Amino acid sequence: MKRLEAVRMEQCIGCHSCSLACARLVHKKLSWNTAGIRISSAGGLTTGFEAHICVACDPAPCAEVCPTEALKQRKGGGVIVTHDKCIKCGKCAEVCPVDAIYYETESDLPYLCIHCGRCVPFCPHNCIELRDIPAREEG
Amino acid sequence: MKMDPNFSRVLHVELTTGKSSVLMIEDRHMHIGGSGLAAVLYERYGVLDAPADDPRQPLIFAIGPLTGFYPLMSKVVCGFRSPYSGEWAESHAGGRLALSIRFAGYDALMITGKAKQLSALIIGSRSCEVEGVTYLRGKDVFATGKFLRRFGKKNSGHRSAIRIGQAGERGVAYACINVDSFRHFGRLGSGAAMGFKNLKGIVVSGDGAFDLPEGKAYADMMKDIYQDITETGKMKKYHDLGTPQNLIPLNELQALPWNNLQKTHDDRVDNISGETFAKQLLLRQVACAGCPVGCIHIGLLRQQFANEHEFLYKQVSYDYEPIFAQGSMLGITSAADVLALLDETEKLGLDCMSAGVALAWAAEATEKGIVSKEETIVDLKFGEMKGFLNGLKFIATGENAFYQALSRGSMAAAKLYGGEEFACVLGQEMAGYATGEVFFVASAYGFRHSHLDTGGYAFDQNNTEKNAGKAVEFMLEDERGRIYINSMMGCLFARGTYGPEKLKDALTAAGFGNIADNLEAAGKYIQKLRWQLKCKTGFDVDAVKIPKRFTEVVTWKGGIDTGYMDEVATLYATAIKEMAYGKE
Repeated sequence: MKRLEAVRMEQCIGCHSCSLACARLVHKKLSWNTAGIRISSAGGLTTGFEAHICVACDPAPCAEVCPTEALKQRKGGGVIVTHDKCIKCGKCAEVCPVDAIYYETESDLPYLCIHCGRCVPFCPHNCIELRDIPAREEG
Repeated sequence: MKMDPNFSRVLHVELTTGKSSVLMIEDRHMHIGGSGLAAVLYERYGVLDAPADDPRQPLIFAIGPLTGFYPLMSKVVCGFRSPYSGEWAESHAGGRLALSIRFAGYDALMITGKAKQLSALIIGSRSCEVEGVTYLRGKDVFATGKFLRRFGKKNSGHRSAIRIGQAGERGVAYACINVDSFRHFGRLGSGAAMGFKNLKGIVVSGDGAFDLPEGKAYADMMKDIYQDITETGKMKKYHDLGTPQNLIPLNELQALPWNNLQKTHDDRVDNISGETFAKQLLLRQVACAGCPVGCIHIGLLRQQFANEHEFLYKQVSYDYEPIFAQGSMLGITSAADVLALLDETEKLGLDCMSAGVALAWAAEATEKGIVSKEETIVDLKFGEMKGFLNGLKFIATGENAFYQALSRGSMAAAKLYGGEEFACVLGQEMAGYATGEVFFVASAYGFRHSHLDTGGYAFDQNNTEKNAGKAVEFMLEDERGRIYINSMMGCLFARGTYGPEKLKDALTAAGFGNIADNLEAAGKYIQKLRWQLKCKTGFDVDAVKIPKRFTEVVTWKGGIDTGYMDEVATLYATAIKEMAYGKE
């Protein structure tokens, strides 16, 4: 299994090509928000950029709280998302510890990273990578 | 949200009443967006016979149909009545504003009226509020940005904060609007136009989403364009050294203005070259949202503020034009000094080009004894940064009668104090190309009075023959090409990617086949409309004068040929009148 990691965000130029690509290619939207990776700048552009992205929790609190298995635990970390099963309660976004789930108000659906890596070729500065999930450390 | 290819969706905010409405502007195949849409809005809602500070005058921010769809479609046009010239004017900026407006669900924002108190406008896809921000009065651009970011916090990264500084609040004729700290609606005084409305800032949250065009064409076109931009190397120069790479070549061509254009070459150019900035001061590059190039160069300004090795650091954006205006033009030969001046200019909210060129005039006026310290308060001397640093503050604060005059432009000051012959004004304070006759005419008469209207500088550089007819033909054609891009609101750096045919295909793939099929007619319509508006709002093409200093310039081609320059000017003026008024 693989997971998307924002490993070199200090190189990010804030072009948002990754999130626009995710919205376009994965979620079929023209948007900044309906994407599994979203770039923010905490305190203006002088402070650099951070990526809001699923960190592949295992167990994933969002899957645990989902009443209809629209979000299901993925082996090794992260979740599998099925919008058709979603009853739009919004609990997943509330419990995500890293603000990686965007709850879109018009469609009333959660958007989050599925670790497909389709955003990776669109980053001009190699800030993001799809990496193998390491063996789980117990403890 | 859905997009209708036949209409532009415009949010109209009336600040006097505090009410807003959504307008649907028809015939998009004719106005396209950007420059065209702004002109149509001004034609309908502007007041031709009222001055720039009349509250009824609209302040317009427009994006293009392709904004958000493709990379480098990342600019916004600000349309306004210029406090500098009194005429209909445009200024363009990048940053995050274009995508913020797109994802908020609009093609343009239009603001009329005047708020009762200093206010900020907070806009999103489901919100539109006017907030009183009297506590921001007199606050500089950076402090204002920090306060404004408290609005729309949950949209961090997906919002834009544009604002004015002291200069805009005070109505300095070349006050700018700062966009997201590092970009600007710079020229012709949009900052004062915003200040006249008691509007300190605008926060736009791009928090909406659109469905993609159906079919495979858009996905294929997007892939093709993205690859062209990122894999062919054609954008390398903009990312690498950026526009400051031009300093050394222009200096070698004897086409870089120094010391108020008293000379066009100086051996010390290395100290302020793009290479020097990149090696010694470049901190990082950043990008406009939706553009993978990353052409915004941020320099590190390190300043000692106490004796015991106590330093502060600042991040200052630089480019070719700012380095010319507050570097070579002022005789400054230290890259760090240039950044110090640019940082102050940024804080005050001044257009760096007009402010630099105005101070260059003041320095020469001092040299010639036309003005003294009684007027200038501090020593304004070529090569000495500290005097100019104070000069910038005095322009913004209107410290005395001299600086109040200078804040209306160097020609306004020259008319009062003398020295009109060396005021480097071509419609407004000059841009950084002393390439010759065609560029000077292009700027003096051109729509934005800048190097961005047409590539007049390139014509000078590429043509040794003096053919006025060919020069004017080039300027008109080049202007039309730029109008297409400026109505799409693409970056001018993208011209190599978005040729006319590619633009048509890109439009069709994104669902704007109606615009694609009508591009030539729309281009001509917009070009004509823009010139009509400019002339109806006071531009008198027969009154344009090119100051004597521009006839004294010596370039690599030798001295300026005034006969040729006059011939180009006469032909260009005739062509402009034809566009504005029809054939005589």
